[in-house]
Amino acid sequence: MKWTETSLNEIMKYIEEYRKRDLILSVAEKLKKVSRKEIVLMEVCGGHTMAIHRFGLTSLLPANIKLISGPGCPVCVSSQHYIDQAMAYSRVEGMIITTYGDLIRVPGSTTSLEKERANGSDVRIIYSVLDALEIAKKNPAKNVIFLGIGFETTAPATAAAILQAEKESIGNFFVLSAHKIMPPVMKALVSEGVKIDGFIAPGHVSAITGTAIYNDLADVCRLGVVVSGFEPADMMQAILMLAMQIEGGAPKVEIQYQRVVHREGNKIAQKILTDVFELRDDQWRGLGVIPASGLKIREHFSTFDAEKNFDIEVPASSEPKGCICGKILRGLKTPLDCGLFAKQCTPGDPVGACMVSGEGTCATYYKYRT
Amino acid sequence: MPNFDKILLGHGSGGRLMHDLITDIFIKHFGNKILSEETDSAILPVGSSHMAFTTDSFVIDPLFFPGGNIGKLAVCGTVNDLAVSGAIPLYLSVSFIIEEGLLISDLEKIVESLTAEAKNAGVLIVTGDTKVVNRGKCDKLFINTTGLGSVREEDRFISQARDIRPGDVIIVNGTIGDHGMAILNARESFNFKTTVESDCASLNHLIRSVIEKSAVKFMRDPTRGGVATVLNELAGKIGMGIEIDETAVPVNRGVQAMCEILGFDPLHVANEGKVVIVAAEEKGQEILEILRRDPLGARSAIIGQITGDHAGKVVLKNETGGRRIIDSLSGDQLPRIC
Repeated sequence: MKWTETSLNEIMKYIEEYRKRDLILSVAEKLKKVSRKEIVLMEVCGGHTMAIHRFGLTSLLPANIKLISGPGCPVCVSSQHYIDQAMAYSRVEGMIITTYGDLIRVPGSTTSLEKERANGSDVRIIYSVLDALEIAKKNPAKNVIFLGIGFETTAPATAAAILQAEKESIGNFFVLSAHKIMPPVMKALVSEGVKIDGFIAPGHVSAITGTAIYNDLADVCRLGVVVSGFEPADMMQAILMLAMQIEGGAPKVEIQYQRVVHREGNKIAQKILTDVFELRDDQWRGLGVIPASGLKIREHFSTFDAEKNFDIEVPASSEPKGCICGKILRGLKTPLDCGLFAKQCTPGDPVGACMVSGEGTCATYYKYRT
Repeated sequence: MPNFDKILLGHGSGGRLMHDLITDIFIKHFGNKILSEETDSAILPVGSSHMAFTTDSFVIDPLFFPGGNIGKLAVCGTVNDLAVSGAIPLYLSVSFIIEEGLLISDLEKIVESLTAEAKNAGVLIVTGDTKVVNRGKCDKLFINTTGLGSVREEDRFISQARDIRPGDVIIVNGTIGDHGMAILNARESFNFKTTVESDCASLNHLIRSVIEKSAVKFMRDPTRGGVATVLNELAGKIGMGIEIDETAVPVNRGVQAMCEILGFDPLHVANEGKVVIVAAEEKGQEILEILRRDPLGARSAIIGQITGDHAGKVVLKNETGGRRIIDSLSGDQLPRIC
């Protein structure tokens, strides 16, 4: 897609509509009238955590509504082992590692990709997986690994790149997949006993998957799920919808983000995703192994799977001492409960992954602390 | 994790890592009274008067970008460092480090615009140096410029932020973030077909008209690290707080939209034709009027105030009434933008 000046202008007009103070305040007023019960809502996605803090939404909520942050930041939930694996690959002769920016600064057990780069590894920040394909084409004598992280939002693009690489017979392009899907971790939190009365679910995930992925949460776990947009008016409305569900005692899956999300989602993206990936049990930072929560490259595409093509030794991984990222990702603690927060652990010198990613709960708390 | 013993790209980003590097290595070894002022230019006693002396290296990629090229930038950067120190820029040196294989026609275009900008700023290029290195030993072309300017007695302390008080206003001479976003768009394959251009410009004439006709307490050009970094350094230095009104900060729509899409804060994005001015509240309107008479100051605005609260911190009031702390940039947001 080409962005023109007009479309950039339209983007801003579109965004500003959902940032109007009067609109936000009128939803807040309504919420105060409707909501009586003491409730805890989890915003699953890091983008939502950002919006809540950037626009100071907690100050607009009635005292009986508490928001907690969930495990929806791709960089944060990637396991320490995955980070260590990426660094081990970066030390392989003739290897180019391509990655979305944030990952480069996540501390592994001993070092980080940023420091590996200073040590001589070829680590490149890209903005789209297609850039990794281009790098592979331009460097036929080298091997290019793309670090595939993220949920149903970024995974289809990785899948499309693998299909493209197959079509163009690009033999030096590989993916190290840590892609994950959203619903199993949400269910895991509920069954673990984290007190949650409803979920604010990420709009861009459902733009791909549709909303049926959450039916179990509503039907079996009896929890409300509202698929929300990312602007302050969207989020206030999603909170209002959840509050109304809870007050009425009728949990269900609803779409607040109707201008983008349809119940069925994007069928083409879903097909690409299942053509290339299959489910596997996967390791989440701080949460352990969650059954059928990760995306593994199917056998048919194993020539593009980094894990199948290079032998590396990855020492046993250890998570940093004193870091409570795991508890924060489960909504059990906030960064303010952490002894390292804003002291030893800052965005400039992060200890845990949640302080690295722009969408990480700790980085968000740090950036928007008052 | 054990301490790391090598330079990271982030050490050059104008943020906290770079600040630590300067303090822990350069100032530790070079340390003297003049250097320790940590101002954009050194103010030197020469006979009975004072001179301003500064230097800057330019390693921008790409060499040519919307709104300018490395040659124009090499003049603006050094001229502005002199001007915000209250100096009248007079002389420049220019050194070229050239990679084997650079097109001579490209070099000439760069030198032409360097010459044009020097003329525009009213400075003479009086000395220089040329080095050519093997292919791969530098990236196409690096330029260093060093500048010398005269300082009037009454302007000597402008960069030291003396006499700043709660209530003083903070002014910027137009939209922020244009340079950083123009460069990013030229470097990466975003395909933003936008008219965002670098704001790269020599500000010495604009600044001179302000300091001659009104009273300024502090000036700084918000290059790498953006306006947020300048304000944080200032807040730290004077031990007072700064409050910024987000809705008052001028930002071009294209820049704003790119920042929304990429998750950047325009306050952290680099500028090359902007100056942040602090002045007494009663002078604010007068300074705005002077600035706005010049095309380089047409969109000038008062963006905030010095406050006695939250000492050392910069707080932003946003459009929905929320407040948050704005930090210096930490780590590397946009590599090699100047």
